[in-house]
Amino acid sequence: MSEHLDLEGWSCPMPLRDHPQVVMGHGGGGALSSDLVEHLLLPAYGDDGGVLAQLGDAAVLAINGGRLAMSTDSFVVRPRFFPGGNVGDLAVNGTINDVAMTGARPLHLAVGMVLEEGLQLAELDVIARTMGRAARRAGVGIVTGDTKVVDSGHGDGVYITTTGIGVIDPGVDLGPHRVRPGDAVIVSGPVALHGIAVMSVREGLEFGSEIETDCAPLNGLVAALLASGTDVHMLRDPTRGGVAATLNEIAKSSRTGVSIEERAVPVPDAVRAACGFLGLDPLYVANEGKLVAFVAPEHAELALATMHAHEFGVGAVRIGTVVEEHPGVVVARTGIGGTRVVDLPLAEQLPRIC
Amino acid sequence: MRYLDEFGDPDLARALLDDIHRTVTRPWALMEVCGGQTHTIIRNGIDQLLPEKVTLIHGPGCPVCVTPLETIDRALEIASRPGVIFCSFGDMLRVPGSGRDLFRVKSDGGDVRIVYSPLDAVRLAQENPDKEVVFFGIGFETTAPANAMTVTMAKQLGLTNFSLLVSHVLVPPAITALMESPVRRVQAFLAAGHVCTVMGMSEYEPLVEKYHVPIVVTGFEPLDVLQGIRQALVQLEEGRAELENAYPRAVSYEGNPVAQQVVREVFETCDRAWRGIGVIPMSGWRLREELAAFDAEKRYDVTGITTEESSLCRSGEVLQGLIKPVECAAFGKECTPRSPLGAPMVSSEGACAAYYQFRRLEPTPVTAWGTTA
Repeated sequence: MSEHLDLEGWSCPMPLRDHPQVVMGHGGGGALSSDLVEHLLLPAYGDDGGVLAQLGDAAVLAINGGRLAMSTDSFVVRPRFFPGGNVGDLAVNGTINDVAMTGARPLHLAVGMVLEEGLQLAELDVIARTMGRAARRAGVGIVTGDTKVVDSGHGDGVYITTTGIGVIDPGVDLGPHRVRPGDAVIVSGPVALHGIAVMSVREGLEFGSEIETDCAPLNGLVAALLASGTDVHMLRDPTRGGVAATLNEIAKSSRTGVSIEERAVPVPDAVRAACGFLGLDPLYVANEGKLVAFVAPEHAELALATMHAHEFGVGAVRIGTVVEEHPGVVVARTGIGGTRVVDLPLAEQLPRIC
Repeated sequence: MRYLDEFGDPDLARALLDDIHRTVTRPWALMEVCGGQTHTIIRNGIDQLLPEKVTLIHGPGCPVCVTPLETIDRALEIASRPGVIFCSFGDMLRVPGSGRDLFRVKSDGGDVRIVYSPLDAVRLAQENPDKEVVFFGIGFETTAPANAMTVTMAKQLGLTNFSLLVSHVLVPPAITALMESPVRRVQAFLAAGHVCTVMGMSEYEPLVEKYHVPIVVTGFEPLDVLQGIRQALVQLEEGRAELENAYPRAVSYEGNPVAQQVVREVFETCDRAWRGIGVIPMSGWRLREELAAFDAEKRYDVTGITTEESSLCRSGEVLQGLIKPVECAAFGKECTPRSPLGAPMVSSEGACAAYYQFRRLEPTPVTAWGTTA
């Protein structure tokens, strides 16, 4: 890894050189985001322990003979309120889920808030109460925090950063190093709800039936899976970039191929209609209450049965299999029997012209 | 009928494919004109499932792809000006002009906004009387009525702060240009269903007669595309050349007279440059002379901007169906969706982007595909 970013001598194909400024795509969770982290942030931060370079949604830390998981996330969603929730739900559940995907039991949250001058206290009160409720529901305590105010016009009402820690019990070992050809790929329920719910209010679009966010804490579902004796190899919550981005990340980090059946991916009718209308692919739309599980093939049925018995896994289905072929690449078998590569999105999807 | 997945039904698709395999006895080359159909074909792997004798040539019907570089640069220039709110359909934002795109203009401080309906731009003009709102009105006949409506509405509302940057293109002159080309490979066309929803089918009669080429109006779901392909192949095998409608649930012979009227009131036919292809006579629409007050090119005096294309990019040949994207030396190397040299690598409807996204695993096929020599 180079010590500094040498734009002139840099041979890596593109991005930063083409974008001397931050563009919105750098925050979209796609290839541009990865470039920013890999080529600017990682070299700048340094990484003596090798933890950062794993680029997980959460870091796994060996401390005093035990293991902690730690994760942080910032929430800048606009609008702040959307069908089924608000930025407070996201801020709590998002970080809890990132911690839980390591197999950890999330224990505590820290909350940093940047408030814009002029924000109505009544609105802040609703958001804060939402956060308290969400944390209690997940059995996680908010234990410290910080609040700053910026001048009017220098923020977007409220930005929230949450940091969570959790404990990984002995014997639990999840991650790309455990993914094997043959593993069953399971998604815990219908996809693309959150992204479409937010887009429906952000863009003033109405789709006939209201689509609500799926925002939910997944630590209970993860605990149930681990307690069931299922040989879980890896978990990840497909947020920004959707299921497609998550599967690509896992395929790359585990150096295996992922093969999915497109028709098996559960997409509610209203979401499918909205995606068709906007020219979006539901595989790339964000979720906030779903996980993708890679489990040993002989435990696929046990994993599904366990998830079906949990309130946030009722709609779980197997969507694919890990394969030896095409390592690092996700391939979908299409509804009519063809195949296609499911690529990592470059940035957020753009609605098509027609 | 929910119109969600019925037209992607695997059993019906299988039946249609079996029928196509039984029908075909000789090699045939079909062109799907519309980028939306290219997207469906590549995304669903339809081309992989057809008989080897059938070649699909991807046509120039991606509005993002054929919008000339000059027009993009003019858009970038206008969008950079202070006091301008520049509105566009989403996938135009990443199309490279000479050196930058609309996203870059936005990060430089330009007020660039994605709208879902052109009429949203008119609303923005109403709400921001101290700003000038420009809508980037591009596309084929499909988007023309809604784009034309913006001018009709702005005029009715007496708005003086709204204008349209127009670069509309038309399908029938493009088919003529392809048939008149010395390298003529296309033996039948799948016409773009949504273009015909607006314009009807009558414009295609003279083309069928003059060039003795089957034209089948085709939709966009997998079964629609397969049905269009099947009808075209049946005609070719039987030696017929007729105009057929394989998309009757959306297209009538007359089209949409109200939409046509709106378009006639706002636009007039003109010569138009197609990116990568060149000027095709009478292949575009521009604002009528009497509506010059709504013409962004005139208002911002950007007609002097001229440009040069990347010498590596062979998108012109791709758009004419002369080469497949993977045959371009820059494909996947100098040219990727993240750093596109040509517009077909940008939109998901663009043939190059469709191949890059969905087909990178396959080795470059060596086929009897046409050459430019």
